[in-house]
Amino acid sequence: MNDAAEATSPEQHPPSNAEVEGANVVDQDATTAVDPTAWTCPMPLRDHDRIVTGHGGGGRLSQELIEHLFRPAFGAVPTDPSHDSVILPMPTGGDRLAFSTDSYVVTPLIFPGGCIGDLAVNGTVNDIAMSGAVPVALSAAFILEEGLELATLGRIAEAMGRAATEADVQLATGDTKVVEARERGGMTITTAGFGVIAAGVDLGPHRVRPGDKVVLSGPIGQHGMAIMSLREGLEFESELQTDSAPLTGLVQTMLAAAPGGVHALRDATRGGFAAVLCELAEAGDVGVEYVERDVPVPPDVAAACGFLGLDPTHVANEGKLVAVVAADQADAVLEAMHAHPHGHEAVVVGEVVDDHNGIVVARTGIGARRVVDLPLGEQLPRIC
Amino acid sequence: MKYLDEFNDPDLARQQLEAIDQATTRPWSLMEVCGGQTHSIVRNGIDQMLPDKIRLVHGPGCPVCVTPLETLDKALAIAARDDTIFCSFGDMLRVPGSRNDLFQIRSNGGDIRVVYSPLDAVRIGEENPEKEVVFFGIGFETTAPANAMTVVEARRRGLTNFSMLVSHVLVPPAIAAIASSPNSQVDAFLAAGHVCTVMGTEAYDPLVERFNVAIVVTGFEPLDVLEGIRRAVVQLEDGRAELENAYPRAVERGGNKAAQAVLEDVFEVCDRGWRGIGVIPASGWRLAEKYRDLDAEHRFEVSDMHVEESPLCHSGEVLQGIIRPNECEQFGTTCTPRNPLGATMVSSEGACAAYYQYRRLDLAGQS
Repeated sequence: MNDAAEATSPEQHPPSNAEVEGANVVDQDATTAVDPTAWTCPMPLRDHDRIVTGHGGGGRLSQELIEHLFRPAFGAVPTDPSHDSVILPMPTGGDRLAFSTDSYVVTPLIFPGGCIGDLAVNGTVNDIAMSGAVPVALSAAFILEEGLELATLGRIAEAMGRAATEADVQLATGDTKVVEARERGGMTITTAGFGVIAAGVDLGPHRVRPGDKVVLSGPIGQHGMAIMSLREGLEFESELQTDSAPLTGLVQTMLAAAPGGVHALRDATRGGFAAVLCELAEAGDVGVEYVERDVPVPPDVAAACGFLGLDPTHVANEGKLVAVVAADQADAVLEAMHAHPHGHEAVVVGEVVDDHNGIVVARTGIGARRVVDLPLGEQLPRIC
Repeated sequence: MKYLDEFNDPDLARQQLEAIDQATTRPWSLMEVCGGQTHSIVRNGIDQMLPDKIRLVHGPGCPVCVTPLETLDKALAIAARDDTIFCSFGDMLRVPGSRNDLFQIRSNGGDIRVVYSPLDAVRIGEENPEKEVVFFGIGFETTAPANAMTVVEARRRGLTNFSMLVSHVLVPPAIAAIASSPNSQVDAFLAAGHVCTVMGTEAYDPLVERFNVAIVVTGFEPLDVLEGIRRAVVQLEDGRAELENAYPRAVERGGNKAAQAVLEDVFEVCDRGWRGIGVIPASGWRLAEKYRDLDAEHRFEVSDMHVEESPLCHSGEVLQGIIRPNECEQFGTTCTPRNPLGATMVSSEGACAAYYQYRRLDLAGQS
């Protein structure tokens, strides 16, 4: 980005949208991960290589940021500037809307396997998808700190564009504000979005029944431990990568495989797999039991959790879901999940029981049982 | 996972439990000394699987729990200073002092950083020369070598803005205090494996002799704990009182000599107050005279603290194995992880927190 800024002066003609989008397409084909070395700014943003207050001021600098950084990165963003809101066609394919919003703060902004950008898209896409909806459009609001490198912002915006493409959702509208630096160069992204729920699809804790099977879509703990491995004071070497992924496709595959058989879905983000079960047990007023040994924990996650004294079932995931499925349709749902790239390691880990309503119980490795509770707050590494 | 899964094997666990069951003819009380063992026992449900005759008593080996309130209040006073970056292991942050905790100080603007390696505090000191950087050096013999090396490293790098608030505690004097207590109901001790990795096992010979009590050095994974229990029961049933090492893959008799040399250089033995228990003679380490300039207690005016412990908290009896967490009237009512009266309800290794977190269902069923 710096090199590009020096090589091309502002007076030179800006690249056309076609050129910029073309470059994006090539990049997408090459890799789905963010490559820190490959990103180049499609056009110099005046003489700045970092965010300054003016980028949030609504003037020329703001316009340039949108036109030359966000728009090329996001792809097909509506271009009509005469409205304060984006106008979209009435969605088809369902009879209700799901609407969700989430804010994303993560340090560092870019981490193994992803960045705050794909997290912000996938997170809200998944929140919408868990109601059985197919996400349609997202908004993205950025609060940028002075000093954030434009190259970093560009990589994050491109990651958002790629994630939106993979999730088949439109990044339809956005906003940018700049605040004084606290940590110099941090940022927050808030995404909101809506999706369409097909007629007849009804998911939620109210449908959970004793006897239902609890299905987990894959190994847990990767996202949280990948971030933890980079956190100040905890750095450790690992090859852990975030599992950040959009789950719309997996959910729709599951719903198609067992119409009416999927009773509830939750993505196992903050609080981890265990928190999702606790919330389902409380909201559905049912008991949940699972077998610890059946919960897949990758060896490097187990090792990192082991030496930090953390419980992998409480570690965040960004591409895993928990499904509560009618027992007689569990096989069909599992089979469909196994055929999907984001569910090929799905397993049944437990079931809903007509006992200890509101409480989750785990069968331990040696065959005893224990209560599984929500952690009070953040898990803290223990002393020894 | 190598060396984790293998020691959590259900078939081997069943065999061990059968062996313990066959060996047991009379009631025995065993104390696991270390909070990490308590956590493993309660989390994995090991105590539920044991014969009724075997009672596990939870010991004082949770460093967070026994750090004296006065030391904690000193930490809080230092951490609240504008000119200070206070570095701590994570699970100290929620422990209640007399009036507040480190999380509250952080939300009021205190610069408090969680570190996993104490050496990170030295780096933070180098990066922030305009600030005083203080590391909260607590723990048993297990954490002491890394803390000692941090002091050595700070001295080597000539850091003038680094100091350590030290409240180290030692296991053998605690075992002696419990074994000599008239209230003690402990027939055998499961000694803390990782403490012995550092210090070796020689310090336990005199305890075995003096109190005629079996001591079995024990690890932390379910099969490690079961092996420690089995060996202790076999000894008790045989009428023997010996020192045994049931954790040989991590513990050698001589311990880690390099670590011991650093400890010898950096620390000196002192009397130490244990939260909830009181002062145990020669049960702690403080910085030796030649490192006194790196001692935060000397650098900051934090003496004459007026401490107030909750009169309702029975953590001292819990830490000495006199009562179980759920036998305290406050357990789960006035005292919960959200509103803890004492440190045993806070730390991940605290017995009260472990009972609250993993046992609510069984305890509710009993009441």
